[in-house]
Amino acid sequence: MFKIEPRGYESKFWRYASPVLALLLTGATSGLIFLAMGRPAGLTVYTFLIAPLLQQDGVQALVVKAAPLIMMGVGLSLAYRANVWNIGTDGQFTLGAICGGGVALAFPDVTPWVLFPVMIVAGAIGGMLNGGLVAWLRIRFNANEILTSLMFAYIAQYFLVYLVTGPWRDPEGFGFPQTALFSDNALAPRLIEDTNVHIGVLLAPLIAVALWFMLEKSLLGFQFRVLGQATRAAKFAGFNENRLVWIAMLISGGLAGLAGMLEATGTLGQLTTTLSPDYGFTAIIVAFLGRLNPLGAIPAGLLLALTYLGGDAAQINLGLPNAVTGIFQGILLFYLLGCDILLLNRIRWVSSRMRATG
Amino acid sequence: MTDQGLPGPLLTMTGMTKHYPGCLANDRVSLTVGRNQIHALLGENGAGKSTLVKTIYGVVRPDAGEIVWEGQKVTIQNPGHAQRLGVGMVFQHFSLFEALTVTENIALGLNTAQERIGLRERIVRISNEYGLPLDPDRVVHDLSVGERQRIEIVRCLLQNPKLLIMDEPTSVLTPSEVQKLFVTLRRLAAEGCSILYISHKLEEVRSLCSAATIMRLGRNVGQCAPAEKTIKELAEIMINMTLNAPTPRPPSASTAPPRLVLDKLTIRSPNHFGTDLKEISLSLAGGEILGIAGIAGNGQTELMDALSGEIPAGRPESVVIDGVAAGHMGPHERRRIHGCFVPEERNGHGAVTTMTLAENAFLSGFGRQALVRFGVIDTKKTSDFAASIIKQFDVRTTGPKAQARSLSGGNLQKFLVGREVLQNPSVLAINQPTWGVDAGAALAIHEAIMALAAAGTAVIIISQDLDEIFVLADRIAVIAGGRVSAPVPARMATVESIGRLMGGGTEPVRPYGIMALAHANGDSAGHV
Repeated sequence: MFKIEPRGYESKFWRYASPVLALLLTGATSGLIFLAMGRPAGLTVYTFLIAPLLQQDGVQALVVKAAPLIMMGVGLSLAYRANVWNIGTDGQFTLGAICGGGVALAFPDVTPWVLFPVMIVAGAIGGMLNGGLVAWLRIRFNANEILTSLMFAYIAQYFLVYLVTGPWRDPEGFGFPQTALFSDNALAPRLIEDTNVHIGVLLAPLIAVALWFMLEKSLLGFQFRVLGQATRAAKFAGFNENRLVWIAMLISGGLAGLAGMLEATGTLGQLTTTLSPDYGFTAIIVAFLGRLNPLGAIPAGLLLALTYLGGDAAQINLGLPNAVTGIFQGILLFYLLGCDILLLNRIRWVSSRMRATG
Repeated sequence: MTDQGLPGPLLTMTGMTKHYPGCLANDRVSLTVGRNQIHALLGENGAGKSTLVKTIYGVVRPDAGEIVWEGQKVTIQNPGHAQRLGVGMVFQHFSLFEALTVTENIALGLNTAQERIGLRERIVRISNEYGLPLDPDRVVHDLSVGERQRIEIVRCLLQNPKLLIMDEPTSVLTPSEVQKLFVTLRRLAAEGCSILYISHKLEEVRSLCSAATIMRLGRNVGQCAPAEKTIKELAEIMINMTLNAPTPRPPSASTAPPRLVLDKLTIRSPNHFGTDLKEISLSLAGGEILGIAGIAGNGQTELMDALSGEIPAGRPESVVIDGVAAGHMGPHERRRIHGCFVPEERNGHGAVTTMTLAENAFLSGFGRQALVRFGVIDTKKTSDFAASIIKQFDVRTTGPKAQARSLSGGNLQKFLVGREVLQNPSVLAINQPTWGVDAGAALAIHEAIMALAAAGTAVIIISQDLDEIFVLADRIAVIAGGRVSAPVPARMATVESIGRLMGGGTEPVRPYGIMALAHANGDSAGHV
C-alpha cells in the first residue's frame, strides 16, 4: 500500500516539479471530462493551450489578457506570503475600474497627459479603499479577511450594476447596461498602434520585478515573510503586525484597482456589468501557480490568460459551454494545492508485511 | 498488583528498532524491567527514550524487535491493548479538562459505563492507600500541577497496572512535591507494580531507582545500579564525554549602578489562561546574573515578554534599561538601547525555522548590527554576522545558508544565544537557556553567559532548572503566581528554601528570611 510520510525538509525538486505535475494531472482530468462530453481527450490540451496561440493576433490577445492577471497575482503573492488572505481582488478590480472610469466620464475633454495619470491614481485608490476597509475590519474587530474581502467583492459588483443601469447609464445606449464610451483622451496609451496592447502590458512585468525585489531583498519584504511564517517571531523581532496587514491589503488592493482601471480603459472602452470575467478569483490561481513569488506570477498569469482564450475557442469552435474555462481553472487550483503535499512529504510503497531493518 | 513471587522479569525487550525518516530513533535497544523494580531509563533529549516507551505503550509500532511480557511474547497493538496487559503511563503533558472535576476527568478515560460504578469511592480509596491526597469533587482548574499529576497517577492505578511508566514526572513539581511522589512510587513498587522512570535528572535517579538503562543516540550504552555510580559517572556515560564543571564565579560587586530596573511591573496576560504579572520590582547591576526560579506556568513567559517588550507595560518607568525608561517600547526600540533577549521557544519565536541561519541572524540583529542600507538587506554583512555566530559558538551546521530547522535543538539554541551575545547587550534576558539541549551545548551556553556577565552585562535568567540557577546565578529570586520574591544571594540559598518559595510559600524573605537561610546553610557570616 502507499504511505505518505514526512520528509522532514522541503524538497527543492518538488518546489518546481509540483506545479508541472499539477498541470499534467489537470490535462488528464479535463481530458476525461472532454471524453465524457463526446470529444477526444487530447483535444483539451490542444484547445486550451495551443490553439489560441495559433490564431491571428493570438500573442497580442494573450499578453493583454495576462496583464491584469499578473498585476493582481503579484499583489496577492505578497499578501499571501504575509498570511493576509485577500480573496476579494475581484471587488478591488471592479472598484478601481469604477473610480478610474468615473474620472474618465467626468472629464472627457482634459488632455490625456493630465487625465490618464489622474485615472491611474483614482483606480489605485479605488482598490486601496476596498482593501483598506478589509484591513481595518481585521485589525479593529478581528474580522476574518477571507470573509470580509469576499463579501466586498459582491458589494462592488452590485455597486457597478447599480451605476451602469442607473446614474451612469449611457442615455444614448438604447437601454443597454453600460456607460458612454470613454473619450479618446481617457483610453490607456497603446504600445503598438491599432492594437489592444496597452501600457498595462508593460507595467505588469515591471511591477512584478519591483515587488519581487521588495519582498526578497528589503527589510519591509523580510517583515512580510517573517509574519507569514511565524507570527510570534515577528513580534519578537519587533515588527508591527497591524502595519504590515495594512500595507499588504493596500498594495494588493491598489494593484487590483489599477488592473481594473486599465482593463476598462485599455480593452473595453466603457464600463459594463460584465467588466470582470472573475479575473480577481483567477488571480488567486495565478498567485499559487507562481509559487507566491512575484516573478512566478508572470508565467502563471500568461498560462491562465491562455485558458481564458482557450475557453472562448472551446465555446466558439466546439460549442462547449463557457463554464468549461472555470472547470479547467478549478481543476488546476485543486491539483496545485494537492501536489504541494509532495513538498514536505514523500509517498512510499510499503509491502503489507513489516520488514525488519538492521 | 499482587503478582509478587512470579519468576522471571516483568518485561523484556530485545533488538527494538524504529526508523523515522532521516533518523534511527531506536537501534537494537534492549530493556529488562524486573518485578517490584523502579527502573530508570536515562538519556539526553533525543536519545530515543520516548520512542522506546511509546513502543511499550502501543503508540509506536517498532520496525523490528521482540517484546516479552510476563514470559509471553507479545505484539502490542495499541494503548488499549497495553492497558489490558497491565501497562499504565503518566505522560509529561497531562490531558485533563480544566472545567471538569477530578472524578469526571477520570470517568472520561474509562471505556464502559460498568467501570464507572463506584468510581468516586475507588478514587478516594486509592488516593488514601498510596498517599496521593486528592479531593474527587474539586474542579481541575483550581488544582496545582502536582495535584493534576496525582489525577493522572490515580487514573492509571485504577487499571491495576503491573508496570507504571512515568515520563519526566518531576519537571513540573516543587522539591517537596517530588519527595512525596517518591514515597508513593516506592510504596507502589513494594506492592508489586514495577515502575519505569524516565528522566535526565541524575540525582533523582540515584535516590529512587534500583536499576538503570542508559541510552544515547538511539542505542543502549550502559546498564547499572545508579546508587553505585556518582552523578559525574552517570552523566559521562549519558553524553559520552568528560565533563568539566564550570568554575564557580567570583561574587560580583553589587556597587555598580543598576543596568536593569523593574519598578512595580504589572501586566495583564494577553492569554486567557496566562498568568498576570503583579508588581514585580527588581534591580540588576552590570556584571550580575540574576536567576529566576519557578515552576512552569507561574508567569515566566509573561515576564520574558514584558522584558523583551513583546507585551509593553503601560508605564514607561516600570522597565528601565541602562537608565532609559523603556516600559512603553517594543522589542526593536529596546534593542536600540542595548537590551537583548532569548525567548524560551526556539521554533517560531526565537527563530523562524523555515528560514536560513543568515535570515535568522538578521531577525533580531538587523538594527544593532546595521544590516540594512536604504531599506535593503545587506546580504553580505548579514551572512558574515551569521558566520561569526556559527564560528564563535561552535554551531554544527553547513553554514549561514542552512535552514534553522535542519539544526538540532542544542545547536539552534547555541546559535540563538550567540546571536544575542555577539550584539554586546547591556542587559540580556534569557528564558530557559538550556531547555531541551544536550549537555555539551548547555555547558557552552553557560560559559557564554558567564563570560558576558564578566564583561559587564546584566543578565537575567528565567529557568525551571534549579541546578542551572545555582550554577549561574549571583542572586536568586522565585516567580510564583506572577509575583517575584526578593532576590537572595545564591550562596545563602538552599534548594529547600527556594523550593518553598516555588510552591508559593509566603515566608518573608527579608530580613528574617536571609538570616534563616544563612542559618540553614551553616553560614555564620549572615549578618543583616
